[in-house]
Amino acid sequence: MSIAEPATSAPLIDAEEEARARNERLMKIARWMLPSLVLVVAILAWHFYVTIWEVPHYILPGPTVVAQKMVEDWPILWPAMLITGRLTLLALIMAVCGGVFLAVLFTQSKWAELSFFPYAVILQVTPVVAIAPLLQIYVENAFVAALLCAWIVAFFPILSNTTIGLKSSDHNLEDLFTIYGANRWQRLRYLAAPSALPFFLGGLKIAGGLALIGAVVAEFVIGRAGTGLGLASTLLEASYRFNFGRLYAALILISLMGVVIFAAMSLISYLALHKWHESALKREG
Amino acid sequence: MAITRKPLGERPALLQMSHIEKTFGGEVVALKDMNLTVNEGDFISLLGPSGCGKSTALRLVAGLMRPTAGRIEWTGGQGLGDLGVVFQEPTLMPWARVAENVWLPFRLRGKSYSEVKDDVLEALRLVGLEKFQRAFPRELSGGMKMRVSIARALVTKPRLILMDEPFAALDEITRQKLNNDLLALRESIGCTVIFVTHSVFESVFLSDRIVVMAARPGRVIRELEVDAPYPRSEAFRTSNEYAAHARKAQEALHQAIAEAA
Repeated sequence: MSIAEPATSAPLIDAEEEARARNERLMKIARWMLPSLVLVVAILAWHFYVTIWEVPHYILPGPTVVAQKMVEDWPILWPAMLITGRLTLLALIMAVCGGVFLAVLFTQSKWAELSFFPYAVILQVTPVVAIAPLLQIYVENAFVAALLCAWIVAFFPILSNTTIGLKSSDHNLEDLFTIYGANRWQRLRYLAAPSALPFFLGGLKIAGGLALIGAVVAEFVIGRAGTGLGLASTLLEASYRFNFGRLYAALILISLMGVVIFAAMSLISYLALHKWHESALKREG
Repeated sequence: MAITRKPLGERPALLQMSHIEKTFGGEVVALKDMNLTVNEGDFISLLGPSGCGKSTALRLVAGLMRPTAGRIEWTGGQGLGDLGVVFQEPTLMPWARVAENVWLPFRLRGKSYSEVKDDVLEALRLVGLEKFQRAFPRELSGGMKMRVSIARALVTKPRLILMDEPFAALDEITRQKLNNDLLALRESIGCTVIFVTHSVFESVFLSDRIVVMAARPGRVIRELEVDAPYPRSEAFRTSNEYAAHARKAQEALHQAIAEAA
């Protein structure tokens, strides 16, 4: 055993930092590698399970069948995805408009909040599946009915988050606005709205996913009469026909849409907040 | 460009608080019969233990609450922009850049940024932050945020600046630096200040009048004059004169605490 050589000069990066840096590099790779690996393993397992046990394709189609169907049925699936996407996006836009409008109304007028907030909650807690058939009866235009259905599900997180956000301004800043004689509009525009932005964006993230769920439920319940042949209707129809390859292809596309919506909302949130808000900051050290 | 300030006793009155009472919930007496005349050019410290009503007094002057009884009168009436306020926290809008934060008092009066850009930059220059006009508050240190807050308070060239323990949350060294800078600022623009603090040393170093207050009920028990001349330098902190004034203020504060107990 040799005695450790005396250090000629202290290294700029010590062992602990080096270990941390190595760990960080590893994590960076693992963040992509591990989920990809899980995906590959799962697909392989699925494939071998189906081939080895000779599972009939009307019970569980193998990944090759699903992939084949995805390509074959693309002319059906793509327009269906556009229809579902349009419904989801419209519902989300309406949810943003409605949710923000009501939130502003509620924070500007105590009376409006006291009168209507309980009903907003009731609308939210009633399962949309239970309301959808009624909408189909009372709303003549089936597309409007489906839109309403998706809207009801999506708007509440926007409403409740934005309402909390609008009430969460710094009290000292409120005082400052009072001292400088700010009017109601200036208070809303320059203080309450920016304070509410992070809360609103949090609500938007949830609402994006919920709008898709609402759209799928609407397609299931109200059916193709109003919405045309969306992804969820395609999926339902494929299940009636035991066309499980197409069913799985449609299912994959629906969850892909969910992922894209979530990513888009996260991007919007990042772009809006990264310059100033704590939630979007990277901590050093 | 030092300004000339009349000696104590010859300054014209700026604001008069007479027989101010403030009670909360009908039983807690936050302020009892407070009388105070603020003169042009005064640097007044309200010194006292917690609960003595010093912050309440400040909020009353700021118009954030109304006195239960008594009157607050401004000489010549109070106009918009006559008042600047600095809170204990920097109280900046985190979503707005430094210059936008300083612009706020003007913006709320409907003035566009280009109209008042020179004033905003001048205020930032006075607190030594003209290079940081495009920074966001989170990029600044605690002391720098406080400077932005001060720049915002004086951007409208107010007749009176209220400061509510502005440096209490800062470390001692930053606090002393900001005390020096505040005095330098006062020498160059000649503002009138009411400064709330619970630090004897801060009050002696900064002010020419110290109003000592006691709690339960909140009231004024003593008024001291610190007749040391301005500008006060770092040497003043270690002078006998400073020590003598600090002793007097400390004794008054002790009395205030004893009376409350």
